[in-house]
Amino acid sequence: MGNILAFCEFDGGALRASALSNLSFARQAASAHGGEVIALLIGVGAAAAGPAAAAYAAKVVTVEHGDLGHYLAETYAPIVARLAGEHGAAIVCATATSVGKDLLPRVAALLDAGMASDISKLEGGNRFTRPILAGNAYSTVEVSTPVVCVTVRQSEFAPAEPTGSTGSVSSADAGAIDAKGARIDRVDSQKSDRPELTSAKVVVAGGRGMGNGENFKQLEALADLLGAAMGASRAATDAGMVPADWQVGQTGKIVAPNLYFAVAISGAIQHLAGMKGSKTIVAINKDPEAPIFQVADYGVVTTWEKAVPELIEEIKKVKATR
Amino acid sequence: MKILVPIKRVPDPELKVKLKDGAIDLAGASWVVNTFDEYAVETALRLRENAESGESHGEVVVVTIGPDDAGQQLRSALAMGADRAIRIDGEDKALDSRVVAAVLAKVIEAEKPDLVVMGKQAVDGDANQVGQMLAGKLGWPQATFAATVELAADKASLTVGREVDAGVEYKTIALPGVLTVDLRVVAPTSVKNNITPASHSYGTGEGGPRYASLKGIMAAKKKPMEQKSIGDYGVDVTPATRELGVTLPAARAAGQKVADIPTLVKKLVDEAKAL
Repeated sequence: MGNILAFCEFDGGALRASALSNLSFARQAASAHGGEVIALLIGVGAAAAGPAAAAYAAKVVTVEHGDLGHYLAETYAPIVARLAGEHGAAIVCATATSVGKDLLPRVAALLDAGMASDISKLEGGNRFTRPILAGNAYSTVEVSTPVVCVTVRQSEFAPAEPTGSTGSVSSADAGAIDAKGARIDRVDSQKSDRPELTSAKVVVAGGRGMGNGENFKQLEALADLLGAAMGASRAATDAGMVPADWQVGQTGKIVAPNLYFAVAISGAIQHLAGMKGSKTIVAINKDPEAPIFQVADYGVVTTWEKAVPELIEEIKKVKATR
Repeated sequence: MKILVPIKRVPDPELKVKLKDGAIDLAGASWVVNTFDEYAVETALRLRENAESGESHGEVVVVTIGPDDAGQQLRSALAMGADRAIRIDGEDKALDSRVVAAVLAKVIEAEKPDLVVMGKQAVDGDANQVGQMLAGKLGWPQATFAATVELAADKASLTVGREVDAGVEYKTIALPGVLTVDLRVVAPTSVKNNITPASHSYGTGEGGPRYASLKGIMAAKKKPMEQKSIGDYGVDVTPATRELGVTLPAARAAGQKVADIPTLVKKLVDEAKAL
């Protein structure tokens, strides 16, 4: 018997889509452990987002403090660890976002907990399956510490639906806040009206073969027609054609949309690791031997210059008939 | 300044994964330095040197926990330019992140480095835990997944560009601290130390870790390598994580090549129902 403390990221009064995958895992874990789900929201705006979170969890705990305005592992981890103790957590979990991956191992160290990262499945109790070797194998592990830390692969857990009842919301003290000499100077972000890459239903991704950033604009037109997120291979982001946060792959983002377009992407192992969970994969490449064709459901051997305008035209035709 | 770089050996990630008795078959594996750890060695060397004069402004110590053979990976790091090495005898199977972080914390107590630089994850287990755990244990600040690093002129802090989901976050940490590095840290101008002229470019194109020169390989043979055992550090080394089994993912069903874009779109609508 133990509770599941689910660290949830939020934005503008609502939970992020990534947090809903974590809550989906947390519910499964709560039934395995015979405890309840406690959603934990930390930071400026936590109190305002608490009621939205209460639709998804039996209990919501918010920690609001002016000095927690920007996420820092140094300040957040002691709060999570302390609340894990106070709320009898058997599992502390977060989605494997850039925040979750940074935070949870630090929490684990403070709790002397064992940890399973980026899990794809709960097998029961403290047994988890997770991808290893860039997704070329899956390992099932059992973690035997009294408290266990877990990060959850967003693409493997469908977003939680509302529970149908409203959970209780309470606030907790931040305690002493010590950043240990760490601070955030600034965040350079690319604002976009497109959906988030990790939760988009359709992703349009380009590779080094696109040649330059200007050419990517044509792919962006395709993405906007489909309501898709933009992605890219490491080769394209490394060459500076597009922002680094578009990178799909083992070291970029892991995506599993319904439909994934890989345009002028050869299909290096490290890219495949980030997208091979997609439901339908379309590859467009002028090289018939490109490895991307081995994972693609549909492949067209042609240049992007020819394919992309045709795709836009054909998809417009389909849309016009609906 | 003194920089400690923990490294791990991994089976060559370019080779195909084979299973034997429900575990990864490592018989006859070819071992290499974990890619990200090699980048960590490169980062540490760039942080302590004047790349144009060749002058050294600090010490780089590499450490690994592994069997006798793992000494080869330490020698590779020494050949790149690290100054000395520590091998702590241990079997990969008897380790998990928690144990490794506990042992490294003791190494750091003894060595007292100003900075720990390590790969953000090992490309075999892909756990991405040890750097953060170590920082948590030591009560040090952490800067993970670094794409760029700048050491302040007074060597008291680092400013790190981190590729996060929202974009690039610039985080400054006071030293001592833990830095974990991502791929782009080895790009030609990713690391600045206020010693090497800011205009300096490491290599061309995408950059990369430096190759060991013949001179470096010869020199590495004479550099000190200390041998320790886990028992020397007096920590509980019972792993809390046990592997129950390994499976290979189901292969994707063979796809089809279609003749042209109109056919593709028709199939996406009618067959895959994806549009």
